[in-house]
Amino acid sequence: MNPLATTLEVGDVLARTAEGSTVVGNEDIGEKLVLNLGPSHPSTHGVLRLVLELDGEVITKADPDIGYLHRGDEKIAENMTWNQFVPYTDRLDYLAPLANNVAYACAVEKLMGYELPPRAKTTRVICCELARISAHLLGLGAFAMDVGAMTMFLYTFTEREKIYNLIELLTGARFTTSFTRVGGQTRDLPPGFLEGVREFSQQFVGKLEEFGKMLNRNRIFVDRTKDLGVISSELALDFGLTGPNLRGSGNDYDVRRYFPYLGYEKFDFDVPVGQVGDCYDRFAVRMEEMKQSVKILQQAIEKMPGGPWMVQDPKNVLPPKDKVLTKMEELIHQFLVVTQGPDAPVGEVYFGAENPKGELGFYLNSRGGGVPYRLKIRAPSFCNLSILSHLIPGHTVSDVPAILGSLDFVMGECDR
Amino acid sequence: MSEGNSDRSADLASAVKILPEFRGESSWEVAKEKIPELMAALKKEGFNYLADLTGVDNQGEDPRFEVVYELADLSARRFLRVKTKVAEREAVPSVSSIWRTAEWHEREAWDMVGIRFSGHPDLRRILMWDGYPHHPLRKDFPLEGLSTEMPDIAFTAKAPLEGGPFVTSPAALSQDREPRAHPAEERSL
Repeated sequence: MNPLATTLEVGDVLARTAEGSTVVGNEDIGEKLVLNLGPSHPSTHGVLRLVLELDGEVITKADPDIGYLHRGDEKIAENMTWNQFVPYTDRLDYLAPLANNVAYACAVEKLMGYELPPRAKTTRVICCELARISAHLLGLGAFAMDVGAMTMFLYTFTEREKIYNLIELLTGARFTTSFTRVGGQTRDLPPGFLEGVREFSQQFVGKLEEFGKMLNRNRIFVDRTKDLGVISSELALDFGLTGPNLRGSGNDYDVRRYFPYLGYEKFDFDVPVGQVGDCYDRFAVRMEEMKQSVKILQQAIEKMPGGPWMVQDPKNVLPPKDKVLTKMEELIHQFLVVTQGPDAPVGEVYFGAENPKGELGFYLNSRGGGVPYRLKIRAPSFCNLSILSHLIPGHTVSDVPAILGSLDFVMGECDR
Repeated sequence: MSEGNSDRSADLASAVKILPEFRGESSWEVAKEKIPELMAALKKEGFNYLADLTGVDNQGEDPRFEVVYELADLSARRFLRVKTKVAEREAVPSVSSIWRTAEWHEREAWDMVGIRFSGHPDLRRILMWDGYPHHPLRKDFPLEGLSTEMPDIAFTAKAPLEGGPFVTSPAALSQDREPRAHPAEERSL
């Protein structure tokens, strides 16, 4: 007989393993593992880095590290005229550039003391809601893909493509729109645009129901999102969460409702809120919000007023291009507005707009003249991410993509 | 209400300077020592949402920096701006224990403008990397950047501006660099 076989009985091995496991289970001996998630990881939607401390598979500590996409937008803004900063706002939340353009222009117009003509307001409402649908579609597709439902992403991108075609028709660019200027937009609505939006909104409702069915009854999706990453309403507001993340927790704060701008008070729409505050509720709120955006779009098309689409303030607002090329006055104004910028009064304002990710705020500090003295961007994604170090501990590593996906952040905006 | 309580609120009210309203927004200014007391009182009053916190560098003024708090009372749909001034080596009491969102906002104000906050649980840099020696949103920090002595940590050379959308000449102050910036007499308003 092999001597080894006699010394190493099967029973012995099992006993030793059992003994070993009781030792490993002892909390004093278990070793913590530090895991770096990101900055380059598909589930971190850009360049978010999470330093996770793990006890087994359970996360005991999470430290978000941001700033990898910091480009110094606020510093750049201090060195250029008000209108020159518009293209930089495209690159904040680059999934909804139109909404950023509108929010920025509204902030500067508040500083200037302008009241927009009705046509400009309704045009901007259409811009905001198209951007909201487009951003929510991407957020939804990426979220579903992160938790294993790959198909969704392809479906939502088909719909986004239609929105991009509309945006291209409207602004001339698909992605970096730079559509607004202080006092209005670069151009009026092109022919066929409203019909295109109507057509899109009519067929989109049906698609939205399909998307809902695909995820609502998807066992894997529901299991991975229900009762996960629960944020209470008080905690959400305490951490400055806004947008669908706050409303998913049951707080109905929506800037469009609470501090209406662009005539949103005249539109009939509901503000959906969640009950539990888990990842599933945040998903459900976004789904419902898209439905409400379609409702707003249809109302905006119906009541699109005629008339001017720029503020009448020749010294500070860009004149129509055809007149610049034929009239002396307009040529001079164009030259002054472009080289020196709109002459803003001394003062400071804060303007918050309801963007797809939450409240995008601009704090403008002007000392007069065409250049901001200080421009602060209150980025919704920045505030939404600040809750991570509180929210993630206690979850497992596999929950992290679901939580990150449900928070739907954009690093371009967070890092500015 | 006890006697001491109303005394304190009267004391607080006298400490607040109400600034002229602009574009329908009310602003208050208060000494930085009064910030914790005032903010706690405002939160009790219903201002449960701190929308934003900004650091501003008013170079050439004394005290140099300003912290701007944007508060909102969601149930009453009110808005209030509170401002406080702070000198270069002083610290503003942190409000992160009142609104936790202030934790990251204050880290950003420290990182970008270099305003210190006393009582902050974790005042680290947030957008720039740990150990970065400058505060980029100060007015004496040039647009092209400053090189640092830490070549291994991150990209530290000055940014090439030539041929860019806004070509500026290197100088200490932004108003000297930037021809479009308003002239000096306008700035002193």
